[in-house]
Amino acid sequence: MSMAPILPAEARRGPVRASAGRIAAIALRHVYLLRTSWPRILELMYWPTVQMILWGLVTMFLLTNSSWIAQASGVLLAGVILWDVLFRGQLGLSLVFLEEMWSRNLGHLFSSPLRPWELIAALMMISLLRTLIGMGGAVGFAYLLYHFSIFELGLPLIAFFFNLIFMGWAVGLVVCGLVLRFGLGAESLAWFIIFAFAPVSCIYYPMDILPEWLKYVAAALPSALVFEGMRAVLFDGVFRHDLLWRALGLNALYMALAIAAFMAFFRAARNRGLLHQIGE
Amino acid sequence: MEQDALEIDNLCKRFGAVQAVDGLSFAVPRGEIMALLGGNGAGKTTTMAMMLGLVLPSSGTIRVFGEDFARHRYRLLERMNFSSPYVDLPHRLTVRENLTVYARIYGVARVRERIQSLAEELDLGEFLKRPVGKLSAGQRTRVALAKALINDPDLLLLDEPTASLDPDSADWVRGYLESWRAKSGATILLASHNMAEVERMCGNVVMLREGGMVDRGSPKDLIARYGRESLEEVFLDIARERKGATAE
Repeated sequence: MSMAPILPAEARRGPVRASAGRIAAIALRHVYLLRTSWPRILELMYWPTVQMILWGLVTMFLLTNSSWIAQASGVLLAGVILWDVLFRGQLGLSLVFLEEMWSRNLGHLFSSPLRPWELIAALMMISLLRTLIGMGGAVGFAYLLYHFSIFELGLPLIAFFFNLIFMGWAVGLVVCGLVLRFGLGAESLAWFIIFAFAPVSCIYYPMDILPEWLKYVAAALPSALVFEGMRAVLFDGVFRHDLLWRALGLNALYMALAIAAFMAFFRAARNRGLLHQIGE
Repeated sequence: MEQDALEIDNLCKRFGAVQAVDGLSFAVPRGEIMALLGGNGAGKTTTMAMMLGLVLPSSGTIRVFGEDFARHRYRLLERMNFSSPYVDLPHRLTVRENLTVYARIYGVARVRERIQSLAEELDLGEFLKRPVGKLSAGQRTRVALAKALINDPDLLLLDEPTASLDPDSADWVRGYLESWRAKSGATILLASHNMAEVERMCGNVVMLREGGMVDRGSPKDLIARYGRESLEEVFLDIARERKGATAE
């Protein structure tokens, strides 16, 4: 049986649709993986839920012991949930990339018409999906066990969510670049690097309590600005637009730097012949 | 005169102190099956990786269908594909899922029909729902071949296409590739250690040693020029730099 000749996708569908098709293909590859593995779904929900239970208990204790906390009982739970957006966003992006390395699939991907930026876009899509699945469990348990709804934050929640996930993606991209360049020996970075930002992100306390010099570091982190903004909503019922715009500006800067770093590491990996050698 | 499918000009690749590919120049005419032959470390895989954009050349040019590969890489990669035992498909995805992903990456139209057609040709029908990690080496090779043919490439690069296959499976793969090439008119460049395979399939052979080309010609010409009985003996002469290993 003779088949009609297959035209290159870009000639047939145009570059934008061809590009969208490739991005969707990579996303689909990870949806396939996710839907056939219940441990992966469980893992996505496990840590947010465990943390939720732990910090819920801490909150219950502090409610009777701290007048500060008593002013806004959900402040710790909201902190836990939003911190997990940052953590899950970074981890989700890094792990999806690591899956490709573990399965020794990068050689196929990077010798196909898939552009690096298309791979990055697909990683972000899957990271968003994984984060939403993970958060869904934690948010549900927070409501069931402690009658706290993160949606009480109102529309600012959307701004907080996207600022945190953007920062997570920027960190995740740098981790991917480092693993690409230095091999799977660097993969543990994916698990712990984000925790280095936790103390200066001021998740559970106001930025004011930091030593003077650390305040400058915190002010340069979108996460610290988000948590400051979250407290402003919960304590004063005020949405601090100034903090939102500063966080967005910083995220734009860090995302540009992260993409540049990823591309530099990608080029270095090509130069050193690492792309078709990486695997378990 | 028809444009060559592939033109390599003075291609070099240095990894630190190691000169992996050293001034390699050759062309592969359209519709031909050509082999890169050489011992381990001769530069075959690095050369192929440069043709696929996985490795950046230190210098030299690669032209595919007359276009500069460095400038038009992604456009050209739509018309190319490859298979290598050193690169896997995700083990936990089924054969159909893997092929669907790559069909979409290459922008193949009518994905379902294309997979069905390849499954019939490559006798993969009963494995389509099975995870790739649960297949035998022979079955995986056929799946890798299906991935390599998913976009009906005009230029197919194959790195050791029958490595780890039993003689029967290897013979089947060779026969399939020959008939696919005859039907599609595509160009195939293969790297192999199997001399019988090269003698059977390839119209021309480029012999490599230490990253450079030491000889080229049809298998029959090379055997005659070196005064040997088989291509394997020619290969050993060249690989071991035996006295008299230069063609007369």
